[in-house]
Amino acid sequence: MSNIAWIDAALTSARPQAVGALLRYFRDLDTAEEAFQNACLRALKTWPENGPPRNPAAWLIMVGRNTGIDAARRARKQTPLPPEEVISDLDDAEDALVDRLDGAHYRDDILRLLFICCHPDLPPAQQIAVALRIVSGLTVKQIARAFLVGESAMEQRITRAKARITGAGVPFETPGPAERTERLGGVAKMLYLLFNEGYSAAGGDAPARAPLCEEAIRLGRLLLRLYPAEPEIMGLVALMLLQHARTPARFNAAGEIVLLDDQDRSLWNGEMIAEGLALIDKAMRHARPGPYQVQAAIAALHDRAARPEDTDWAQIDLLYANLEVLQPSPIVTLNRAVAVDKVRGPAEALTMIEPLGERLSGYFYFHGVRGAFLLRLGRQDEARTAFGRAIALANTPAEAAHIRLQLDRLMQDATTAR
Amino acid sequence: MLYAILCYNDESAVWSWSKDEEDACMARLAAVQEKLVQQGKLGPVARLMPTTAATTLRKDREPPLVIDGPFAETKEQLLCFYVVECAALEDALEVARDLGRANPGGAYEIRPLATFRPGSFAG
Repeated sequence: MSNIAWIDAALTSARPQAVGALLRYFRDLDTAEEAFQNACLRALKTWPENGPPRNPAAWLIMVGRNTGIDAARRARKQTPLPPEEVISDLDDAEDALVDRLDGAHYRDDILRLLFICCHPDLPPAQQIAVALRIVSGLTVKQIARAFLVGESAMEQRITRAKARITGAGVPFETPGPAERTERLGGVAKMLYLLFNEGYSAAGGDAPARAPLCEEAIRLGRLLLRLYPAEPEIMGLVALMLLQHARTPARFNAAGEIVLLDDQDRSLWNGEMIAEGLALIDKAMRHARPGPYQVQAAIAALHDRAARPEDTDWAQIDLLYANLEVLQPSPIVTLNRAVAVDKVRGPAEALTMIEPLGERLSGYFYFHGVRGAFLLRLGRQDEARTAFGRAIALANTPAEAAHIRLQLDRLMQDATTAR
Repeated sequence: MLYAILCYNDESAVWSWSKDEEDACMARLAAVQEKLVQQGKLGPVARLMPTTAATTLRKDREPPLVIDGPFAETKEQLLCFYVVECAALEDALEVARDLGRANPGGAYEIRPLATFRPGSFAG
């Protein structure tokens, strides 16, 4: 990986901790973000020369704090800190400063940062968008993609949301139990989107984005430690673990997607699967099902199958039917159709997804799935058209390659049939 | 004499290790364990999942209450344990020192076993 790519990845993964800590120091979101931004600029200048610091987040916090203080010309008395050139050369000094500066505040900082993004005045979509921007540092384009909306619409949404957060003031006091629980749902949703930003990355981007999955799992475990009896948080963490467990098998050496059926299951992470299963087990005791628990149960059925043909598709179909009630969405129906295809055949599956065409016409996976069903029904020409649309809509080269693979199979089958 | 060596550490720190850090630590611990195996000292070894996977049965009321999470909220958590056979406490402490050099942070509790049954499965 090139220097810049490494730095970029380090800045991305250090961001929640660094911005959270800077927010605590400055008690102002804009100042904190600006300070972090300044620290990133310094990092881009200093790190390639001096080499990366041992603790990038700590470096960014200290440098951000210094630049932020300069920028704001704070009158408050602060402990003067050495310039970053010195810090980079003195690892021991850096660690001592980290202890003093950050210490046990780390978790509270991140939670506060998550919680202010989930301000109740903001509609859920804005909470998540702004959290992805502020906490995770995703670009507006990436966020827009996760939401299936246009980039300029998302830009406006985030700008408005940030203005409202700033206007409402950042709550530094700890929220009450009821308020906190309400916000947990928004935070959970945001974490799962964060997870998916990492999980859906492919090809050359995948290594740099993989920390997003780990960060989402880490933040999820953190939330669960603070809210140990919330079955949906158990479900969320289980879901992320059970999906992330398959990561080592999801791409081939060329960075192309390997379909679930074709994955080398011996590469799956057994420890993550075991932890995910344990969390679902715990969650079920509460008898308070929710979307994360159901999705985790679906992921568990995949993970427990030693071979693809051992997958309990009938149970997966039932769980998706459950999910359609708990959290109706065309994408849930689309995923259910994949199970229906396995259990009751492609004709029924195709019938199930045809009404979704209008809402999912811009979604590459819809056309890919539809193409696969058409192919299985022997409707080659329509299948080819569907795959063509999927390729045109693919967001990453890996996604396009994945559809092309299907298209190749189609051509091959057509040749063989002749 | 059989001793349990109980390993306590800050789990949020341990579970924040990068894959490389984790692998390096596990490799160092494996080397210590291998030495113990060769000396015929090592019994069962168990690494525990995070406390978020834990459930506690509290018997201070009837029927007992099932609570999510670990028995006690502590700064450091029980993360793994070993059973070793040692001639005396000093030997067991030496084992703990070896493990401690391989594994950053935390503390080891050395607790003599009153009874020990290996159980009916190999694990």
